[in-house]
Amino acid sequence: MLASLARPALAGARPRQPARRRWHGLAGYLFLLPWLIGFFGLTLGPAVASLILSFTHFDLITDPRWAGLANYRRIAFIDTKFWASLHVTFTYVLLSVPLKLAFALGVAMVLNKGMRGLTVYRAIFYLPSLLGGSVAIAVLWREIFSGSGLLNRLLALVGLHGPSWIADPDTAIYTLVVLGVWQFGSPMIIFLAGLRQIPQDLYEAASLDGASRRRQFFRITLPLLTPIIFFNAIVQVIDAFKAFTPAFIISDGGGGPINATLFYTLYLYQEAFGNFRMGYASALAWILVLIIGTFTAISFLSARYWVHYDE
Amino acid sequence: MNDAVTPRSPWGSLARHLLLAAAAFVMLYPLLWMLASSFREGQDIFTSISLLPERISLDAYRRGWNGLEVTFGHFLTNSAVIAVLSVAGNTMSCSLAAYAFARLRFRGRGILFTLMLGTLMIPYHVTLIPQYVLFLNLGWVNTILPLVVPKFLAADAFFIFLLVQFFRSIPKELDEAAMMDGCSPWRIYWKVLLPLSLPALATTAILSFIWTWDDFFGPLIYLNDITQYTAQIGLRAFVDSGGDSDWPALFAMSVLGLLPVFLFFLFFQRLLIDGIATTGIKR
Repeated sequence: MLASLARPALAGARPRQPARRRWHGLAGYLFLLPWLIGFFGLTLGPAVASLILSFTHFDLITDPRWAGLANYRRIAFIDTKFWASLHVTFTYVLLSVPLKLAFALGVAMVLNKGMRGLTVYRAIFYLPSLLGGSVAIAVLWREIFSGSGLLNRLLALVGLHGPSWIADPDTAIYTLVVLGVWQFGSPMIIFLAGLRQIPQDLYEAASLDGASRRRQFFRITLPLLTPIIFFNAIVQVIDAFKAFTPAFIISDGGGGPINATLFYTLYLYQEAFGNFRMGYASALAWILVLIIGTFTAISFLSARYWVHYDE
Repeated sequence: MNDAVTPRSPWGSLARHLLLAAAAFVMLYPLLWMLASSFREGQDIFTSISLLPERISLDAYRRGWNGLEVTFGHFLTNSAVIAVLSVAGNTMSCSLAAYAFARLRFRGRGILFTLMLGTLMIPYHVTLIPQYVLFLNLGWVNTILPLVVPKFLAADAFFIFLLVQFFRSIPKELDEAAMMDGCSPWRIYWKVLLPLSLPALATTAILSFIWTWDDFFGPLIYLNDITQYTAQIGLRAFVDSGGDSDWPALFAMSVLGLLPVFLFFLFFQRLLIDGIATTGIKR
């Protein structure tokens, strides 16, 4: 995906006669018509509208009232819930993404040994990624980490007494981190595809030169995988910033206990569809764009210092 | 890492298998336990950690099915209708757009293509509220239209991107030859490119189905009437109505909610995994 984003121009079919070209040009717009309607009507138009709404007070019933920078000022200086949600979201992103990628890479390396049963293992590890976004899994998590839930029953077998993980504000977020890490399957598949691309003779040569496996990992595997690590990290971070369903289900939509699972998107939802502060929620949405945009920009700028592009 | 050089010891291989099998068991244990518990009776679940129910009972399925004022079958049907319409919408509208971007020449194509890729990057929260206002004014809230119509307008740019990539891999000589024979762009799209793109269309269809089936946010804000509920918000309503006092029933309905996605996994695993490996789909 990233590779083609960087590709500047499109190579297209050049028709041979002018008449055809004209017909071709018209045909282009006709084929694009559904997308054009959707792009202007559902994406570009609404995005501009939401930027304007973010400078208003709007409750959906009365007309929007101009508010200047009031929404943004309230976000920055008054709204403690905003800062709480930002804290929760960053905790989640900074814990779940590195752990998820570490598991994904570790398991991919074990699987890359060309062993029997590879496809079976790969499928098993991938399954949680596919199912994990569903409400059903969030419901399951609610039981597992409740006071009398599955985890504490397992802990009781070895004589440990666990807390009520979801009801305890100190531990609630970690249940969601575990849920995120449990879904390491899809980055694992991408890592596996990347590991396959590394030429075997590099390892053979290194091995003949007496390089240890540890050294081979840090000098061959890791550098050659950096483009894939970069890609996985960006996709997973953006995804983690947008997480919503599990926090909603686990906290009954409230983000509790004491805002401990108040993901940013959950707070945005509460403001928009709970309190009907549509202007304020629009401002929150643009702050999210700003956060994700800043993160992506920093990643791309830092990439040339650590991402290894061969050829 | 360097198997080609170091002779592989049978013990190393065995250790790896044991490690992977243990990891796989830990990963699957919660899912299998949920499945087993959905067949348990009332209170057994609070003591049991085993993966085999002591006796098989379908009571939980009966209680869950009738747990709210409309049956769970209603929710499953609603989900299926929305998902099937989304599959139809996405495959049609996204392949049309992808054909234009990949093969046709027209003014502004480069800019439009860049804008299309740009929409992949922005979070949907930015368009959420004006879209809601729009659909509210159209009288579409509490119908399935806000969930389905955008799919017919190629709103999911990811699929356009996926299909553009696939179309580009098809030799251009094929449509040039067809054009020489006097084929219109429509005929080339319909008779040449689409038949050659079945794997990409299948990936689009399967992912459309799974993502729509799992969608929680859209139905949550657009569907208010319980008769309109999808399986996902039906489950949530079940939790809200005190369903966590009856975990087996809640698990039984969760299993039914997961079943379609699991079946896709079972039959199209290869296609899904190859799709991820080549395009980097997030799930």
